Amino acid sequence: MLWEVDVHPREAGPALHGLIAAGHDLSLDLSTAHVAIGWLIEGDLDHATVEQLAERLLTDPVAEVCRVAAVDDPVLLTPPPGAQAADSRVLHVLPKPGVTDPAAESAREAMTLLGVDATAVRSLRKYWLPAAVPVAVAEQLAWKRLASDAIHDVAIGPLPLTRLSGGAAWELSRETVPLDGLDDAALETVSRERCLALTAAELRAVREHFQTLGRPPFEIELETIAQTWSEHCCHKTLGSPIDHESPCGAVRYDNLLKETVFAATQTVRERLGENDWCVSVFRDNSGVVRFDGDHDICVKVETHNHPSAIEPYGGAATGLGGVIRDVLGTGHAAKPLANLDVFCVAPLETPAAAIPPGVIPPQRLLHGVVAGVRDYGNRMGIPTIAGAVAFHPGYLGNPLVFCGTIGIMPRDSADGRVEPGDLIVVAGGRTGRDGIHGATFSSIELSSDSESQSGGSVQIGHAIHEKTLTDFTLAAAEERLFRGLTDCGAGGLSSAVGEMGAEVGAEVDLETVPLKYDGLSATEVWISEAQERMVLAVPPADWPRLAEIARQEGVEATTIGRFTGDGQLTLRWHGELVGELNCHFLHEGRPRQRLTSRYTPPADAAVTWSLADTSLGDLLCDLLGAADVASKEWIIRQYDHEVQGQSVLKPLLGPEAGPADATVIRGVLGRPRGIVLGVGLRHHLGPLDPYQMAVGGIIEAVANCIAAGADPDRIALLDNFCWGDCRRPESLGTLVEACRGCQDAAIELAAPFVSGKDSLNNVFTWTDADGQQQERSIPPTLLATAMGQIDDIGRCVSPDLKRAGNRLAVVGISSGDLAGSQLAVLGRVAGGRVPAVDFTACRAVFAAIYQLNQHRLLAGCHDLSDGGLAVAVAEMAIGSGLGATLDLAAVPLAAGTPAPTSDDLASLVTVTATETPGRFLLEVADEHADRVAAVLGDLPWAWLGHVTDDGQLTLQAGRDTVVAALPVPSLATAWRGPSQAQSSSIASV
Amino acid sequence: MLAPRALILRGPGTNCDQETAHAFERAGGVSRRVHVRSLTEKPTLLDDVQIFCIPGGFSYGDDIASGRILALELSQRLGDALRRFHERGGLILGICNGFQVLLQTGLLLPATPAGQPQATLAHNTSGQFIDCWVHLQATPGNCVFLRGLSQFELPVAHAEGRFATASDAFLDTLDASGQLVLRYADNPAGRSTNPNGSVRNVAGLCDTSGRILGLMPHPERFIEATQHPAWAGRLSPEAAGAGLAIFRNTLRAAGGDAG
Repeated sequence: MLWEVDVHPREAGPALHGLIAAGHDLSLDLSTAHVAIGWLIEGDLDHATVEQLAERLLTDPVAEVCRVAAVDDPVLLTPPPGAQAADSRVLHVLPKPGVTDPAAESAREAMTLLGVDATAVRSLRKYWLPAAVPVAVAEQLAWKRLASDAIHDVAIGPLPLTRLSGGAAWELSRETVPLDGLDDAALETVSRERCLALTAAELRAVREHFQTLGRPPFEIELETIAQTWSEHCCHKTLGSPIDHESPCGAVRYDNLLKETVFAATQTVRERLGENDWCVSVFRDNSGVVRFDGDHDICVKVETHNHPSAIEPYGGAATGLGGVIRDVLGTGHAAKPLANLDVFCVAPLETPAAAIPPGVIPPQRLLHGVVAGVRDYGNRMGIPTIAGAVAFHPGYLGNPLVFCGTIGIMPRDSADGRVEPGDLIVVAGGRTGRDGIHGATFSSIELSSDSESQSGGSVQIGHAIHEKTLTDFTLAAAEERLFRGLTDCGAGGLSSAVGEMGAEVGAEVDLETVPLKYDGLSATEVWISEAQERMVLAVPPADWPRLAEIARQEGVEATTIGRFTGDGQLTLRWHGELVGELNCHFLHEGRPRQRLTSRYTPPADAAVTWSLADTSLGDLLCDLLGAADVASKEWIIRQYDHEVQGQSVLKPLLGPEAGPADATVIRGVLGRPRGIVLGVGLRHHLGPLDPYQMAVGGIIEAVANCIAAGADPDRIALLDNFCWGDCRRPESLGTLVEACRGCQDAAIELAAPFVSGKDSLNNVFTWTDADGQQQERSIPPTLLATAMGQIDDIGRCVSPDLKRAGNRLAVVGISSGDLAGSQLAVLGRVAGGRVPAVDFTACRAVFAAIYQLNQHRLLAGCHDLSDGGLAVAVAEMAIGSGLGATLDLAAVPLAAGTPAPTSDDLASLVTVTATETPGRFLLEVADEHADRVAAVLGDLPWAWLGHVTDDGQLTLQAGRDTVVAALPVPSLATAWRGPSQAQSSSIASV
Repeated sequence: MLAPRALILRGPGTNCDQETAHAFERAGGVSRRVHVRSLTEKPTLLDDVQIFCIPGGFSYGDDIASGRILALELSQRLGDALRRFHERGGLILGICNGFQVLLQTGLLLPATPAGQPQATLAHNTSGQFIDCWVHLQATPGNCVFLRGLSQFELPVAHAEGRFATASDAFLDTLDASGQLVLRYADNPAGRSTNPNGSVRNVAGLCDTSGRILGLMPHPERFIEATQHPAWAGRLSPEAAGAGLAIFRNTLRAAGGDAG
């Protein structure tokens, strides 16, 4: 019997307001509409029982009323309680069969508390629209605003459902995939049709391997190889041998990543000698470094770009869920401490006409990914403390979603090692058809058909399963009940078991994997990317205790096989062999292809200005309101950034909540040592100079940490490369340049890279209205993440101004190079060069700032980045409400940069808005001025002015010449405006 | 005498248990985190403690509604044990999700004779989760947890914190009996800091005995100065946060001499 319970709010709430706003955009008056939550409950249940469930479990009688009926009862289509209209059009939105429905799963579990055993439960949203709304318009409303193609079904009128459960157990069949005799074109067809993302050369290697075995590969074997060899899983491009040509000459790399990023880390570690504080780098699921006497800390940042492009909410949520499991699955397990997220999207005001078919508009996309991170991170109880949002037209159709997590573990538990004989235990959520082909899908470029083709690769997260899985894993880790673990991410069990068993081999009885529903084939079980699962290597003697902890924590843990020692990956179904792969071939057999890359710098362009219609003050307000710069408060406040009680410098600081540089979190409750997190992203430089883009991003991430008080000798770096089509030598050439930048920056700053990830092929193709094939690629984008440390969080420094009368100083030299700056993004300047990083100068400045902090000589400190000096001082003022006076003429300038004069707006704009990396603005109490001056010594620095209590920002060119005077509240309005606009549109997006 | 002991309940989705346990310890108590499964298997664990605390989080994902499933589990499996605990003088504190749970168990406020709850914590007016700091005004009356407190700041972080009652009459009764012990107040600039649209700015309320308190703000997130968003350069990093007083009060009322 299938029952439906509709739960109606007694008063119109946000859901209805959202619907009305959505209708408004489609010129529909939905003010008389109604919205309800529905539950479909299947089981051998009578009406009274379901009514009891409805009243005791599903309804809040103070705020809601419910209606219970069999699913085919017409009463469910009649107007809801309190409706004025007698007639209406009913619209249902519900998760597709097989799509994770966390609320329904929780509801079903809760029903057992009332002694009711339902066989299946599904949640739905139900809308009563005015009867005058035509079916076609209702459908349009549903697909545009209420439902996502990838995960939802929509039904207008009666629900065409008679049952929820179903499906029969899979019957064993072994499909072989013959490759013999196929030419390259035919091999590529096989790859494309099966969504394998393998090249013809790779398939030829597979064919040769199986020819030595005297049989064609089984489908499950081919899938395993495709997952393992995917770009997503093995740095296919970055690890390639590359012949690179650039104006600096030709370079030959045997393995680009090893010879640049890894090599830099190696150099730094060698120089540190016995003071090396790296623990485990580029090996495990996250990079691990020393923290205090008894803890190590780790960090990982992942991208989840393609899934988020198709289903922003689910894509971002599972992206975060995945990176949390990466940290959890490091060594003998680390406790996740904090999350960060960075989104790159097209400008929110992109006109609808400019949005290609199949592309989710940027505003809706951004709101979706924010909601995904919010709901997952908040439920996990892990504070989301850092992040950024960056805008560029190239991200249309190719949004970037970066999710990162830092974690902490007891010292000396970073090394997991699987032993033959260990049991393979899968713990956490059950396996369903979720996310089949996620790993290979993410290695393929998106097109306007992706949404319909790839729905199966989209997953929905179930945060509470991950939370209980985390509780269980950490409890088991405390008793050392497993020798190693990894998460089921891209590639599912095939990647997780394959990686863990790479050295020793493994055998798996696939029918023992717990399923969400019957009907999955052995291959589907093996490659499903169902979320919230970990694989553990458990010594048989420890299994009973592990199983007991799982029971206590309410987590399902099942042995599905064992690690063997024979170097083979053996897959069985009820005892019958369904696949067998040699681990050495699987992990080492991929043919490597020599690639060629070319880098030609763009031609120099003369500087041109467009300043006729503006003033210094107006420009400052424009810069503060620029998308990249403006407040992200609407996002930050949706994230719980304070849970766990360890956050020390939060994303919004000061009495008036201004922006932070880095954020700081204690490593352990009650202990003073802190972790400092900074991110850097110079995406506007990407198309101009990929080397300076990479270097500038790294400097920005590190400078953020330094400003907050981090020790420059303890900064670990992470790289996330997101690039367009790297099959093109020109694209690959910019990637090589960025890798070189990473290498130089890491060595120069003695800041080792400890982990990283790349996402290539961020290209979107579509056919335009004229039938022309169009293509859009992202700008070369490196996200640099810096994880610093501070020995006493009591020494943290925040940017917000502290006291009127304090002095303000700038440290670091300013150049007139404005290419790629926010000023250029605003269209006020074009041409010129990008600012180049001076490593020696940066190093000296970082050391000086740290020394000042150690002596507690700074009242405030802010790093100068997007928007430059004037934006920085404005942000410091906004955080406190205090004012400031600065003399621009005192700013130390690079040779050849014209000094600012009141009659030359371009000169004023240059000094206020240049984004030369490695500069800071300091606030210093008068009594410390001499000591600060002594520490800064002969670095390029100058006193520029002081903090005032007049609530005004005054910029001068010379002692008595005021060139701009702006009330701080106006600056705050400019900076907060875009955030407030998003905040008020949340419900309607 | 021995330091009072607090049992911090945890379950699927609880996520403020560690810092809440830490806060009780910082205030001089002894705390123990216990899974709801263990407690239902062994309710006598309550015999050894003087304080029962349901901390914040998203119990069971807050699926269906915030705190709904955990409240049902407590009512079905531990209702009598908790009533006995309270009757013998035990203190019960629900923070954020814990408040949402308490309200639905009927421990905090009586249900109607028909068994219907008379108050709820509904979705914030904005429809959104919000993490921000609020100004609070306490009127403790007989509420032991808030003794001596008047005006202070704490952070909130929730999506469903809007206190609402089934009737105005019931709200008036609560008001008149002094149970609405904690309210959102204006900031120094005179702007309301009510983050969710709660009726009469209710941020927390106690039962008639004064020994059960539910509140939406998080006192465990402000036990030291460095948790405040404007501490750096303004407050001594060693100073206590306003929330610590609530834990000290709780321990004192539980018979400890929390200093």
